[in-house]
Amino acid sequence: MSGVRVLVGTRKGAFILTADGGRADWQVDGPHFGGWEVYHVAGSPADPDRLYASQSTSWFGQLIQRSDDGGRTWQQVDHDFTYEGGAGEHLWYDGTPKPWEFARIWHLEPSLTDPDMVYAGAQDAALYRSSDGGRSWQELTGLRQHTSGPEWQPGAGGLCLHTIILDPTNSARMFTAISAAGAFRSDDAGVSWQPINQGLRSEGIPDPDAEVGHCVHRIALHPSRPDVLFMQKHWDVMRSDDAGGRWREISGNLPSDFGFPIAVHPHEPETVYVVPIHSDSEHYPPEGRLRVYRSRCGGDEWQPLTEGLPQSHCYVNVLRDAMAVDTLDEAGIYFGTTGGQVYVSADSGDTWAPIARDLPAVLSVEVQTLP
Amino acid sequence: MITVRVKLPTHLRGLAHVRGEIELAVTDPVTQRAVLDALEQRFPMLRGTIRDSATGRRRAFVRFFACETDLSNDSPDDPLPDAVTAGTEPFLVVGAMAGG
Repeated sequence: MSGVRVLVGTRKGAFILTADGGRADWQVDGPHFGGWEVYHVAGSPADPDRLYASQSTSWFGQLIQRSDDGGRTWQQVDHDFTYEGGAGEHLWYDGTPKPWEFARIWHLEPSLTDPDMVYAGAQDAALYRSSDGGRSWQELTGLRQHTSGPEWQPGAGGLCLHTIILDPTNSARMFTAISAAGAFRSDDAGVSWQPINQGLRSEGIPDPDAEVGHCVHRIALHPSRPDVLFMQKHWDVMRSDDAGGRWREISGNLPSDFGFPIAVHPHEPETVYVVPIHSDSEHYPPEGRLRVYRSRCGGDEWQPLTEGLPQSHCYVNVLRDAMAVDTLDEAGIYFGTTGGQVYVSADSGDTWAPIARDLPAVLSVEVQTLP
Repeated sequence: MITVRVKLPTHLRGLAHVRGEIELAVTDPVTQRAVLDALEQRFPMLRGTIRDSATGRRRAFVRFFACETDLSNDSPDDPLPDAVTAGTEPFLVVGAMAGG
């Protein structure tokens, strides 16, 4: 029987949650790297036993760990993330130039076909690639050195490259997103990049329609239709039907269009999930009710999903990398909260149950569907 | 070579797979730089965790103590106290006190 392995990064370590295809009985393994912040753990689509983890603390910096046995054992690989060709400068919060300064790796995106190839998104924003299983990293400089780079300004969480999407139908096409620069696309395997922010409006910047400066929180796509992108922005849920060429708002009847994660159903390209958050100053659900919202028509019309989720006195947040979907026939949807809960729905969101209730604050959730 | 006792904080002992104090063979003169060079040579997994890989500077939340003295802001090329060189006192790498 097939099963799932959920990879959870938290403020104080990583956890691996496993279950069979029923997704009712769970084994919780961890913490791995206890006491360290684990921003992300990701598995290779080409070899599910190959995992990569981003491990860091403010004290001792950034490390990268790799597992070749599905997370049972780990080995430390290279963690030298150098800004190639000099750091350059971006804008600081006060509008003055500030040299790029490495803080951490937010997101790891393994290649769809090669277990030894993995991309890493950094704060301050830069994109790195390893072609040798993490033993060395090279910056793809075309993104950071884009002509708009000196105008990039950090969001509250830092100038972080948090989203990396590889087009499964076109190996030359990639998408990235940076807070608070915006979304970018490459059509030459990461060599050169163009901002794809037309149609976004952000009232927190002087020119709401500027080419860059938008606080994109997360982008998602369905692998069968990679030209259709869904975005949770700082405010607004957005959609593009032309690979980011133009965006339109699909927030519709959401109780708040602020939030962090967005995910697409594995078998229904028009079914999208978001977790509305009250506002950017109150990072908790509206009315203290934790609700996932699902649209089955590609946006605009949203349905709250509440069964099994706390509907009173709930003041947690769900961060941008903390939602994932499996690919079992009856699709599973997963998310983790800053309160340490990890929830699963084994029926596309109709009903929910906690897998774990008392983990450290959850930073990221990924799921692997195992044979 | 001079044997120097070094005590690491918990997280770094975990990375290095050691327990308690370690003893390092350090070239003379015994300085912060010489101790850290020897430490990173023997435990390559610690590179970048105490000193920034690119600049070589002490990471902001790491401190160096010996003989009940904070040596963090001393020159990395200053000689360490005689008691460290003599092996009667350890060189302490400390994670600065901070919440989180």
